[in-house]
Amino acid sequence: MPVRELTYAEALREALREEMLRDDRVFLMGEDIGVIGGVFKVTQGLYEEFGQERVRDTPISETAIVGAAIGAAIAGMKPVAEIMYMDFLMCAGDQVINHLPKIRYMSGGKLKVPAVIRTQYGLYRYAAAQHSQFYPAFLMNIPGMYVEVPSTPYDAKGLLKSAIRDENPDIFIECAALYRVRGPVPDEDYVIPLGQADVKREGRDVTVFALSYMVHVALSAAQKLGNEGISTEVIDPRTLNPFDKKTLVESVKKTGRLVIIEPDHKTAGVGAEVAAIVAEEAYDYLKAPIVRLAADDIPPPFAPKAYNAFLPNEEKLISSIKKLIKHSK
Amino acid sequence: MTYDLDGLSKELLLDMYYKMMLIRRFEEKVVEMYRAGEIPGIAHGYIGEEGVAVGVCSALRRDDYILSTHRGHGHSLAKGIDPKHLMAELYGKKTGVCKGIGGSMHSTEPEVGVIFSSAIVGGNIPIAVGVALAFKMRREDRVVVSFFGDGATNTGAFHEALNLASVWKLPIVFVCENNFYAISMHVSKSTSAKEIVDRAVSYNMPGVVVDGNDVIAVYNAAAAAVNRARKGEGPTLIEARTYRWLDHGMYYLGKYRPEDEVVMWKQKCPIRTLRDRLLIKGIATEVELNSLDEKVVHEVDEAIRFARESAEPDLDFVKQFVYVR
Ligand SMILES: Cc1ncc(C[n+]2csc(CCOP(=O)(O)OP(=O)(O)O)c2C)c(N)n1
Ligand SMILES: [Mg+2]
Repeated sequence: MPVRELTYAEALREALREEMLRDDRVFLMGEDIGVIGGVFKVTQGLYEEFGQERVRDTPISETAIVGAAIGAAIAGMKPVAEIMYMDFLMCAGDQVINHLPKIRYMSGGKLKVPAVIRTQYGLYRYAAAQHSQFYPAFLMNIPGMYVEVPSTPYDAKGLLKSAIRDENPDIFIECAALYRVRGPVPDEDYVIPLGQADVKREGRDVTVFALSYMVHVALSAAQKLGNEGISTEVIDPRTLNPFDKKTLVESVKKTGRLVIIEPDHKTAGVGAEVAAIVAEEAYDYLKAPIVRLAADDIPPPFAPKAYNAFLPNEEKLISSIKKLIKHSK
Repeated sequence: MTYDLDGLSKELLLDMYYKMMLIRRFEEKVVEMYRAGEIPGIAHGYIGEEGVAVGVCSALRRDDYILSTHRGHGHSLAKGIDPKHLMAELYGKKTGVCKGIGGSMHSTEPEVGVIFSSAIVGGNIPIAVGVALAFKMRREDRVVVSFFGDGATNTGAFHEALNLASVWKLPIVFVCENNFYAISMHVSKSTSAKEIVDRAVSYNMPGVVVDGNDVIAVYNAAAAAVNRARKGEGPTLIEARTYRWLDHGMYYLGKYRPEDEVVMWKQKCPIRTLRDRLLIKGIATEVELNSLDEKVVHEVDEAIRFARESAEPDLDFVKQFVYVR
């Protein structure tokens, strides 16, 4: 039987729906997620199916949304709150940083905070600097909450289900540019353990550590490089906290080369951490310096030409890999 | 012989007296031990404000939840946390309510209804709304109280939270402890509304001003608000006017309030006021009240002994509590 294909948005919706059917404690809240099914349509149909009690439209109150999710979670519910754009997450910065990841700890382990905060960042939407941001490293830098960055429909569904079932708080970061991307999603129930990177393509010559959307860019580049005899391994971390160091380090030990491609800023970005891990744990295996391809260290521009150049892309990745292989020890 | 005051039983009245006295003596010891260098970190005293915590918590059931603040010792004790475990927390010991990981400003004991205390001004208010949402969604007849100061009513969190609680008609009581200052900032300089309670109007909920140094008045106001919340009629904002006798924290931060103001408020001591009323009305005798006073002193001494003798958590110990694994 052929595996069915779903879009990334459909896969997320299925995860939400299945978890709501599975567990009465799960409920959704966020701006415009109910009656219209969300501005990105991820929650479409759930309001009709589950009603306004469990699919709650909220006022534009990011602090109250995240705060109420935390409160409901410590009182035994399993809220999944949506923050429409990642840019707005920091409107609730106090709840996200000072409360969500701290409450279990500060209570000496007496409380659990099983809340999921879903949000998304856009790419190539030309929405200027307040509707285009992606700052996962900042969240990865705060101990006490998990951070998911799914790149495929399969991962999106499996990770969201895990995030909901898990009893730790999560910031679940979707990519709007992937919502319509299709991919295989099995019919049967499955979850993806948090903290397991995925080798999206095996290879021998170079490891590409690709984050979120850039997994697709890396896979396409790897295909082309393959035609030229360069064997590329593509690693998708899938979750940033917990972070799977082992898969990364083993891959670099095998290939001896690391290129990082990420749609967040370069300075103190996720790639900086990845490079540091490899320098600490696989230095002797490196045949060439680590290469980082990331968004420029400027706020995202609006003008499309500048915006397109601001992000790393397949062309830059291919040329970097070729150069790297040429200049290896 | 009448055994009640304002319709309240002798048992309840004596319990309120006892709890206020417990907070007073506890806080006096905290100041002493802080100065002696036994209590590390940051701490904020509740002396002078006892009537608010005790009046409100006495109107709650054990399974109702409160959320507290940086100035939270009084709330914790009023809701029934064992002073030994609270003091041990202040000492940073493993036997503390939060195993020594929280300290003075953080207290959690769900068994008695203390769910969480935030040291971010205004931070607990949206969380309290979420707790109330959970109660409502599960059709439980439990009520939440969020305590916060006058200063907190100028945070965005306060406004978002009150709006949401009202829109969703949640079983919550917002208790603003108006002690007229946020550190050095007088409420008249910080707050655009004439009265804090006026802010309730924007959120379409009842607003009640009460003398926070009259524990019976606080109890009555809280009982009405709690009753309303329990019946599903939604939130209330209570503004309890009171005063802190100590400085903001354990250090002197400079002169920002007139001496005679402090003296005037000390004359309105909430404990003295209740004591006098109990005696004048013949509800309790000197002997009865004195024995409660002694009991409290003994309990606080016991709390200090317990805290001193308890072990400190080490780094490996605290690491266990970051994640559920
Ligand atoms: C968001 C935030 N800003 C500033 C502080 C520092 N701070 C701690 S308590 C306090 C004053 C709070 O005043 P109020 O809410 O009236 O409570 P009170 O201390 O009078 O009980 C301030 C400014 C803080 N803890 N959190
Ligand atoms: Mg104040």
